[in-house]
Amino acid sequence: MPTMVLGKEGVYPFVENLLKDYQVIGPRRKDGFYIFEPISKPEELVLEYPIALYPPRKFFLPAKEPVLRFRLGEKPEVEPVVEPSPPKVLFGLHPCDLHSTRLLDAAFLKENPDTSYEARRRDALFVGIDCLAPCDEYAFCKDMGTLDPQGYYDLFLTDLGEAYAVEIGSGRGEEHLRKYSAAREATRAELSKLEEVRKERDRNFPSRLKFDASKLPEILWSRFNSPYWGELAKRCMGCGSCTLVCSTCYCHDVFDRVELNLKEGERVRVWDSCLLEEFAKVAGGLNFRPSLEQRLRHRFYRKGKYLWDLFGLLGCVGCGRCTRHCLAKINPIEVFNDIYQEYSQA
Amino acid sequence: MSNAHLLLPRLARILEIKELTPREKLFTLQFEDGKPLGHNPGQFVEVSVFGVGECPISVCSSPTRGDYFQLCVRAVGLVTNALHGLKPGSLVGIRGPYGKGFPLEVMKGQDVLIAAGGLGMAPLRSLAQYIKDRRDEFGKVTVLYGAKEPGELLFKDELDEIQSVGECFLTVDRADENWKGHVGVITTLCPQVSVDPTCTIAVTVGPPIMYRFILQEFKKMGIPDDRIYLSLERRMKCGVGKCGHCQINGIYVCREGPVFSYAQIKDLPEAL
Repeated sequence: MPTMVLGKEGVYPFVENLLKDYQVIGPRRKDGFYIFEPISKPEELVLEYPIALYPPRKFFLPAKEPVLRFRLGEKPEVEPVVEPSPPKVLFGLHPCDLHSTRLLDAAFLKENPDTSYEARRRDALFVGIDCLAPCDEYAFCKDMGTLDPQGYYDLFLTDLGEAYAVEIGSGRGEEHLRKYSAAREATRAELSKLEEVRKERDRNFPSRLKFDASKLPEILWSRFNSPYWGELAKRCMGCGSCTLVCSTCYCHDVFDRVELNLKEGERVRVWDSCLLEEFAKVAGGLNFRPSLEQRLRHRFYRKGKYLWDLFGLLGCVGCGRCTRHCLAKINPIEVFNDIYQEYSQA
Repeated sequence: MSNAHLLLPRLARILEIKELTPREKLFTLQFEDGKPLGHNPGQFVEVSVFGVGECPISVCSSPTRGDYFQLCVRAVGLVTNALHGLKPGSLVGIRGPYGKGFPLEVMKGQDVLIAAGGLGMAPLRSLAQYIKDRRDEFGKVTVLYGAKEPGELLFKDELDEIQSVGECFLTVDRADENWKGHVGVITTLCPQVSVDPTCTIAVTVGPPIMYRFILQEFKKMGIPDDRIYLSLERRMKCGVGKCGHCQINGIYVCREGPVFSYAQIKDLPEAL
């Protein structure tokens, strides 16, 4: 499909048109941060933003959602709850957030597709935007191979100065671009400009990982019994903030909530965190990961090995949110490099 | 979009409740629509007591026994205590069967050595019943069964049935005045057992501590790692490979287990 171009003056009308038929979710300012939220008018959208506080996963896997509703009594009645989800456009996602959605899709749509996730995800359209410089000192997307969205979008914008180049990733993307925007085909000059911008982009991102990210699973696995994890756990407070803001964390708990009338209630799914003490504890009190060292290591292995084994995708997209929110400033890039050092010396 | 909600249980009626010990009850259940559970021995279900929650329980009856299924439940957590409070006729929710059970295909034509510790007898009873009902498909069967105390032995009135399948050795860690049998942990039964390691499949279910020792005994008997099977307990909250609670390293126990060959898990540092 040809690369298109949308003049910057054409962005608001594009969004305005989308808003007529879709819920548009995008980065907007709030209390000094940028967050993904539904917008009501195009001016609320801020396309040049460092990073959104939370990843977009909450729009597909909310922090808390009912999955069943039941009526108690002699003959209990139970019915599934799939909350209505308006068709939505996620406008202005950075490549790291596109990659994290790719991983969530692998987890929730492939084997045993999850009904609620599927309903929220089905009609969603992704309009990504290229990052031309790192969000801040915590971002390491290029190292994780997620700076390039690798086609995981419907439309993808790159800032060319006066206009955006719009790459098309899907038939739906193309359809929507034609229907809702005044984009036109890129000229040869614009295509070479795009190439230039990309080259400069790549130069703007330093390489911080001392090895190729595809070797991470093997490197981690060789250092499972390293004392490093115990040392790292001394800094970790086990608060679970990293899992809360992680764009690929999807572990959850499920519990029943009964109304005050004691006649009906709902089964609720909530985010959970493998860093919390109760996570692997079974009834009777046996805890299969009783120490913080084990839990912290588990988190890093899930990101760097286990999800790779499951889906062929790394669980860390290098967005840096975990470090940004970590009280102890535990930084995956440092952890990976430290472990690599042990690995190469072993 | 798939037709059935992934997390929607089907209603099953409790036909009968039998107290096995002060802590364990045997629940006989049948789906309201009359359909069989369709499980294999070693698989588990997610049981719902609505308003309380859901928890994983292994099925302790054989699919060869009809359209009902049985669960042996120890009152130890929220849901299991609520189950113990229910009366026959009550309706509960059931999802499943989930996971991989005992390797019936591999076991065909082979001798079977069963080692059950405590509540581990529940899934192994399903297997023993299955073997009894299809006796000519299996070779010699030996059952080792240990409990902490005589009062904790499950399915005491079914021991004749188990003995009709094969030789059965019982032991308790601590005897009482009425106990005439063997005393000692389950591994102390092993010297009495003779197996042909070339044609034996060993199957064990029990607490983690028991595995460490019984596996050594199996090795002493010369049974290769890929012919030893064990069932691992974890917090299988969703049963469908999503919630993350049951992971052993990278493996979701609810999906790839709970029954594993020892060869499959021996290099997983979090397994045993």
